[in-house]
Amino acid sequence: MTRHTLSVLVEDKPGVLARVASLFSRRGFNIESLAVGPTEVPDVSRMTIVVTVEGLPLEQVTKQLNKLINVLKIVELDPDASVQREIMLVKVRADMDTRSHILETVQLFRAKVVDVAPDAVTIEATGKSDKLQALLKVLEPFGIKELVKSGMVAVGRGPRSISDRTIRPVERSA
Amino acid sequence: MGEKITGAQSLVYALEAAGATDIFGIPGGAILPLYDPLFDSKIRHILVRHEQGAGHAAEGFAAATGRVGVCMATSGPGATNLVTPLADANMDSVPVVAITGQVPSAAIGTDAFQEADIRGITMPITKHNFLITNPDEIPRAIAEAFHLASTGRPGPVLVDVSKDALQAETEFAWPPQMDLPGYHPVTKPHSKQVREAARMIVGAKRPVLYVGGGVIRAGASASLRRLADLTGIPVVTTLMARGAFPDSHPQHLGMPGMHGTVAAVGALQKSDLLITLGARFDDRVTGKLSTFAPDAAVIHADIDPAEIGKNRRADVPIVGDLAEIIPELVAALDAEHAAGHIGDHEGWWALLNRMRQTYPLGYETYDDGTLSPQYAIERLGAIVGPEAIYAAGVGQHQMWAAQFIGYENPNSWLNSGGLGTMGYAVPAAMGAKVGRPDRTVWAIDGDGCFQMTNQELATCAINDIPIKVALINNGNLGMVRQWQTLFYNERYSNTNLESFRIPDFVKLAEAYGCYGLRCESPEQVDATIEKAMAIDDAPVVIDFVVHKDAMVWPMVAAGTSNDDIMVAREMAPDWSGEDD
Repeated sequence: MTRHTLSVLVEDKPGVLARVASLFSRRGFNIESLAVGPTEVPDVSRMTIVVTVEGLPLEQVTKQLNKLINVLKIVELDPDASVQREIMLVKVRADMDTRSHILETVQLFRAKVVDVAPDAVTIEATGKSDKLQALLKVLEPFGIKELVKSGMVAVGRGPRSISDRTIRPVERSA
Repeated sequence: MGEKITGAQSLVYALEAAGATDIFGIPGGAILPLYDPLFDSKIRHILVRHEQGAGHAAEGFAAATGRVGVCMATSGPGATNLVTPLADANMDSVPVVAITGQVPSAAIGTDAFQEADIRGITMPITKHNFLITNPDEIPRAIAEAFHLASTGRPGPVLVDVSKDALQAETEFAWPPQMDLPGYHPVTKPHSKQVREAARMIVGAKRPVLYVGGGVIRAGASASLRRLADLTGIPVVTTLMARGAFPDSHPQHLGMPGMHGTVAAVGALQKSDLLITLGARFDDRVTGKLSTFAPDAAVIHADIDPAEIGKNRRADVPIVGDLAEIIPELVAALDAEHAAGHIGDHEGWWALLNRMRQTYPLGYETYDDGTLSPQYAIERLGAIVGPEAIYAAGVGQHQMWAAQFIGYENPNSWLNSGGLGTMGYAVPAAMGAKVGRPDRTVWAIDGDGCFQMTNQELATCAINDIPIKVALINNGNLGMVRQWQTLFYNERYSNTNLESFRIPDFVKLAEAYGCYGLRCESPEQVDATIEKAMAIDDAPVVIDFVVHKDAMVWPMVAAGTSNDDIMVAREMAPDWSGEDD
């Protein structure tokens, strides 16, 4: 089982998310996370897809994706050569006795409190998934009331952009 | 230009401009605005009896002519009835454009009358699809649909148009600017890869040309012939590739796969180099994948990069159009030959010829005077000849038609290979006859398949489409029955259709305005076929009443190795000691 981060540029057209999602399920590929949003180019969206593949090579995933007419480009991002981030919002039980402990933890992780209620605080944290996992582990004993995470977004390090020709798209490997 | 017309009129102009000459379809509420200007168009619209018939007819038209086949249906059930043919066209890479009406855009998503999300439904079974709600987008969508369907790896494209877009005012301009920034099929192969392939070919001891349907879709049969003649390498043609290479050619070993010849299956298994051209290592060809052609290196040439390495690792992948790849390969081989590198296949041919002579195709005949289905099909091929077009359904009759008819030309053998759609034959034959009125078109069908789509005989009779149908009637779902015989202890659960008794196929044919003939014994076969050939003013159906226990041999049972091929029940060929 291997884990890969794919950046997929797609035309911003109706149904494109459904095409990508249904392709993954139909071909038996497993999406771990998916984040979609606009890019610096109008009418082009970018999907960051974290996919785990078992048995078959990643190449099949990228080739099948590339056959979708609305897919413009696919690049696999190497974790060591890219910045990868998730955002997490977590609502933690917090009364008079525990609140200060929680706030300490928040500072240690360079997270922040975005909402406070008499018996709960909501914390926003950004980072790689292992950092968020570590924070969650520390918060767990206080009681987690609600948890929401974005999918991972990622960008390659250095001056180059995904639309530069210099980045070799994966699908050309055939 | 500048003239205000309806979206429907624009759609008709676009279809004409895109080259559509014949359309198969049925009108209904949501697509009704389109049928009004279509009434005045030079396009021939053929009113079918079921939308599935329209879809398969478009496929048959495309497969016989190499042009895009077009079908049309209304929203909801009309559109969903196209699902099977679209899935079929997707599996067999058939260039088809389907136009469907959709409920008015304001009603989309409200569960309106005859509403179905056909774009969503057909996403996984089309090459691409569109939902058009703005009439100004109609010409571009049609241009893109025809372009996508017919280029790269061909396939079906659906254009769903809302009723209000058909009714609204727009302007028509042609050719529209296409906007497909993500679509760049690679047609020109890497010459380095082609040269590497040529080097491997001249170095191989036991090479095989493993030819798939892609050769036919690419129109590359003539170059394949040159490649084979130049190298002297044995050729196998898959179910989808029958006719891509002449059966009469001495290098042709026949069809590989589950019901392939011993020589074709054996050639792949013993090979040291598969030269794979437009084939996709389908499970029906490979048998148990891990034991398929275990000693072979693989050259894999295909227009679709996703086919390469999907089932079998390729040592030399070549992405491109076979119409460009094969001539380049021939040139590269000429260069190798000129340098004195030439393959020596004498020992290889000795082995293959022994297999071919020891295990030719054959079949049982019956002492009780009943008819062997294989005999009927073999005689049909002999009398009708290779200039005709043959369309088959799915099952035993399909395999026998692939085995016992000699194909000499591409686009002459139409069948549902990938999806295995029973009911394909009659409407596909109809589409083929519309596309190629100059050729005799035979549907070879089973009694099970025939009862799924025979309503199109009415369409054929009324619209002067004189197809001929050879109905191989064994009264049963024959292939399923064969599996029950072999794998389910002869427990014939729900495979007896009783179609020796009901329906009376001769009367049925006559009821549809066709000629109906019956043939029940070997002695009647030739005369009945000749009688059918003499008829040209209406469709003909021959009800060949055949023995119900005939089986398709050879056979590689599903999931087993090609090495375990059986030439008859519990009879394996002897391959031991055949290695040179």
